Amino acid sequence: MNKVLIVAEHAGGRLNPSTPKCVTCARGIPDAEITVLVLADDGAAIAGEAARIQGVARVIRVDDPANAHPLAAVLAPQVAALAAGSSHVFGPSTTFGRDLMPRVAALLKAPQLSEVMQVEAVNRFRRPVYAGNALVTVELPVGRQVVCTVRVASFEAAGTAASPAPVESAAPGAVLPRHTRFVSVSAPSGDRPDLQTAARVVSGGRALGSAEKFGMIYRLADKLGAAVGASRAAVDAGYAPNELQVGQTGKIIAPGLYIAVGISGAIQHVTGIKDAQTIVAINKDPEAPIFEIADYGLVGDLFSILPELESLL
Amino acid sequence: MRKIMVCVKRVIDYNVRVRVKPDGTGVVTDGVKMSINPFDEIALEEALRIKERGEAAEVVAVSLGPDDAQQQLRTALAMGADRAILVKQDGIVDPLVAAQAFLALAQKESIDLVLLGKQAIDDDAAQTGPMLAALWDRPQATAASKLEVRGDTLVVTREVDAGLEVNEIDLPGVVSVDLRLNEPRYVKLPDIMKAKKKPLDVVDLASLGVAAEEHVRIVQWQPPAQRQKGVMVKDAAELVGALKQKGLV
Ligand SMILES: Cc1cc2nc3c(=O)[nH]c(=O)nc-3n(C[C@H](O)[C@H](O)[C@H](O)COP(=O)(O)OP(=O)(O)OC[C@H]3O[C@@H](n4cnc5c(N)ncnc54)[C@H](O)[C@@H]3O)c2cc1C
Ligand SMILES: Nc1ncnc2c1ncn2[C@@H]1O[C@H](COP(=O)(O)O)[C@@H](O)[C@H]1O
Repeated sequence: MNKVLIVAEHAGGRLNPSTPKCVTCARGIPDAEITVLVLADDGAAIAGEAARIQGVARVIRVDDPANAHPLAAVLAPQVAALAAGSSHVFGPSTTFGRDLMPRVAALLKAPQLSEVMQVEAVNRFRRPVYAGNALVTVELPVGRQVVCTVRVASFEAAGTAASPAPVESAAPGAVLPRHTRFVSVSAPSGDRPDLQTAARVVSGGRALGSAEKFGMIYRLADKLGAAVGASRAAVDAGYAPNELQVGQTGKIIAPGLYIAVGISGAIQHVTGIKDAQTIVAINKDPEAPIFEIADYGLVGDLFSILPELESLL
Repeated sequence: MRKIMVCVKRVIDYNVRVRVKPDGTGVVTDGVKMSINPFDEIALEEALRIKERGEAAEVVAVSLGPDDAQQQLRTALAMGADRAILVKQDGIVDPLVAAQAFLALAQKESIDLVLLGKQAIDDDAAQTGPMLAALWDRPQATAASKLEVRGDTLVVTREVDAGLEVNEIDLPGVVSVDLRLNEPRYVKLPDIMKAKKKPLDVVDLASLGVAAEEHVRIVQWQPPAQRQKGVMVKDAAELVGALKQKGLV
């Protein structure tokens, strides 16, 4: 029996879609018994959602006012205390998991694998390095506890269970530090589809030229019911907020349809969209590298093409 | 605060198109340009600005890697670091080992703030900062895009999936930096000359009491699956037609 502990990600009392994806990854481990750990101030609803993910054997719920905001320094000792006896400790490769899981790993003195994209065996995994320019198969000594962040773009979400798994409350009794304090987080941005889970994404690059003109990307996205993304250049220039950045250092996504508008296709950008099913590129430069990976390429001026697209859709 | 330590990793330059060797034993490094990890340059720039504002007295650049990593440390000294330490170790080093080495240095040097990259663009691990903070039992703030020193406390704005999160951490602490924190300065020729006279110590990993344990073994390197080059369409109407036919819109 391999015991997999998955740290749930949540916000606003709802489970993040990254968690059922971690469950799918965990189900790739042979003979896995999957536990989901919910650390929250009041985790009742979140734990209830986690209990209904197919493949989950049980849910552990730790309610503590200190867990109201996901501070790695506060959560890590609790995870580490509850991870004793687990063979694998998983979290998503979102900013939540990237912040927390290495801190957990160090407390457990366990190695970590980041961005796991495939489980090959109980102790053998695949992951990308060099911005996805190489994939490595890595092996750990058999029986060695390991911490992983799961590359959420590589896994489908697990389905719904016929009957919910049991939820237990726990009090890990870890000493929680006071040296790290939450101050604020920016408000959620409206009711547009979430970039990381949307079926369609429209992204804009430096070519948009201003925040105002970037509005054209939002308009096309709204027409398609798509989420909005951006290149780093567009974010750096202030045309789009940072949470929309797609790529090696932004979000890695795998939508059914990705439309890149005025984006050159730098390797750091492309690494974030390689798993999209269909990529469309609109660029005025026929030599732009984005066309090498696009399923449909259209050479031309975005400022005339976007209005045409809008009227055709 | 007195001392800032900046971790500077030698990596393949971000402009190089990295290729896997045909025999699957690694990536091609012969004749390939090596540089400071771009995030680490930003970490160093931030440390220098903090010092220039009079909020720190000394900036120490450290690296863990082969002898050749002295080149990157010399660049760090030319940018303005006061001195440098190379912890010599060949081959791929697990972030857990790197974190132990940096912990030993931070303690030995009585460091107040460790600044490092949010990730190294070779292993893309994004582990070293939080691991170091955990082993040190000190706060961390990852993916910083803004940093403000208020005495013994830092107010750090972090880039998170939801947008921007602000945390307050007490020093000593660890901050990993994101790309939008600042724009690193260019190194000028006279600074390169001056850097040659700045102290650069070389120590062994073992001398820090850290074992070069290989926790994770890479058994195979593979190039990623290539996407097929698709078709070019002549106008918006043809594009919409194609997408409709595939049921994508
Ligand atoms: C460590 C590191 C990490 C990075 N991480 C990321 C990341 O996560 N995500 C990311 O995106 N980038 C990242 N980058 C930056 C990346 O290297 C590129 O600089 C960036 O992706 C370029 O953005 P862009 O394509 O919008 O701009 P550009 O490269 O300037 O491309 C603009 C494109 O628009 C086209 N264009 C101009 N005008 C028009 C018009 N009127 N109509 C149609 N097309 C037009 C041009 O032909 C050009 O191809 C990273 C870089 C580094 C060093
Ligand atoms: N061998 C190393 N030498 C110097 N700095 C390192 C080394 N390994 C990691 N770091 C630092 O830790 C950051 C994150 O690295 P990683 O955890 O490997 O993604 C890097 O940006 C560096 O600042």
